[in-house]
Amino acid sequence: MNLTLKIWRQASGDAQGEMKTYPIEDVSPDMSFLEMLDVLNERLTAQGEEPVAFDSDCREGICGMCGLMINGVAHGPEVTTTCQLHMRSFSDGDEITIEPWRASGFPVLRDLCVDRSAFDRIIAAGGYVSVNTGAAPDAHATPVPKENADRAFDAATCISCGACVAACPNGSASLFLGAKITHLAELPQGQAERHSRVLSMVHQHDLEGFGGCTNIGECTAVCPKEIPQDVIATLNHDMRHALWHRV
Amino acid sequence: MVKRPLGWRYGVQVTTTASGRRTGRASTIALKLLMAVTGVVFVLYVLVHMYGNLMAFGGQETFDTYAHHLRELLTPMLPYGGFLWVMRVVLVASLVGHAGAAFALWSRANKARDQRYVVKKAVRATLSSRTMRWGGVALLAFVVFHLLHLTTHTIDPAGTGGDSPYLRLVEGFELWWVTLIYLVAMVALGMHLRHGAFSALQTLGLTSTKKRYRIAQGFGLTLAIVIAGGFSLVPLSVLVGIIQ
Repeated sequence: MNLTLKIWRQASGDAQGEMKTYPIEDVSPDMSFLEMLDVLNERLTAQGEEPVAFDSDCREGICGMCGLMINGVAHGPEVTTTCQLHMRSFSDGDEITIEPWRASGFPVLRDLCVDRSAFDRIIAAGGYVSVNTGAAPDAHATPVPKENADRAFDAATCISCGACVAACPNGSASLFLGAKITHLAELPQGQAERHSRVLSMVHQHDLEGFGGCTNIGECTAVCPKEIPQDVIATLNHDMRHALWHRV
Repeated sequence: MVKRPLGWRYGVQVTTTASGRRTGRASTIALKLLMAVTGVVFVLYVLVHMYGNLMAFGGQETFDTYAHHLRELLTPMLPYGGFLWVMRVVLVASLVGHAGAAFALWSRANKARDQRYVVKKAVRATLSSRTMRWGGVALLAFVVFHLLHLTTHTIDPAGTGGDSPYLRLVEGFELWWVTLIYLVAMVALGMHLRHGAFSALQTLGLTSTKKRYRIAQGFGLTLAIVIAGGFSLVPLSVLVGIIQ
């Protein structure tokens, strides 16, 4: 396959960025998207040019480190992470636009790398149970209904990749926030701090410069873990109760 | 209980963590809740308004009597027209809350993406959900025109004069461009309600199961069709001569 890549190049956070065009030949359809970029970088290095900086780690779709805006869709045309996207999803002769996640809360560090530590600070604001709950209890000691356990598990599959923010027209991190809130709200261990957790995490979310949710659903459409939009309803529900109890 | 700093178990240095106490009331979600509650006020109002409009099918006497009774509602507990003024105060307060929160969130959304994408595609967004903000501004402009036309009579396109609300309605809609403005506004209202009603239920946190989520989406669409359709019946009926 022969492709034309249009890639965002930005030397540093303060530098002015621009789109640059790179033709690339002999791309195998079996390559992953990141392998294709590795090939491009080898050629750029051989030519004495700066390679394109991008994030990746596990390359098996579980760590949440990689994430690129590909042709205007977060993680590209398949519902998966960028590392699990393969070149067979494209056709010979395609032009592919590659941009970093764009949000004030995710400042660009270089080229396609963004700083997602805002998510860490949101978690640090309350996305955990702050007392030691000890070793795993006996399975029958605290019964958890199957539906609640399943929903908590589904929400906990969030890998914090940031695609929800990247896709949101408002630059909101509500799907991420909703997943983390729902994960703990469905389980007995999460109940004691339910109100203070949602208040603190939403406050931190706003402080990081993320926008508000307009329930459009662009986030859930690109989420590689297919976190459903109804977790945002749980977030809103908990916030409403927390605000009410504070009055 | 031993008081430890947040995040101690993970060795995280928490520097920007909010204390729960000063949080919440100006948050994005609090603003959305305000929009949802005021939106519910508007939905209830337009339902009653639509019921009143459909009185036009009963003829001039039915319609004008209904309009007159609105002013006498709850008298002598309230002065003449008092009930309408209570409604107006509630509606204006709701409008200030709804539009104020909308503009605040609009501004935050713009700041949250200070640099635009070169290429950005919508995957899930509907026309209704994408036009909420400008559609809302268009509806506000329509409401101003509508009040000048049928409440204050500042605009009297058909030169009706007099004090029969029925005649003002029928003679107004006999002009094609007045009918067109109202029909376009009803399409805009329908689109705003389709996403808005669903969105309000989601913001109020009532859609946290897959089934309720689907019901909320169906509810938004149904409400949009009922309200936009119900309001459009009157100008369309004038147009084809059912109401004369």
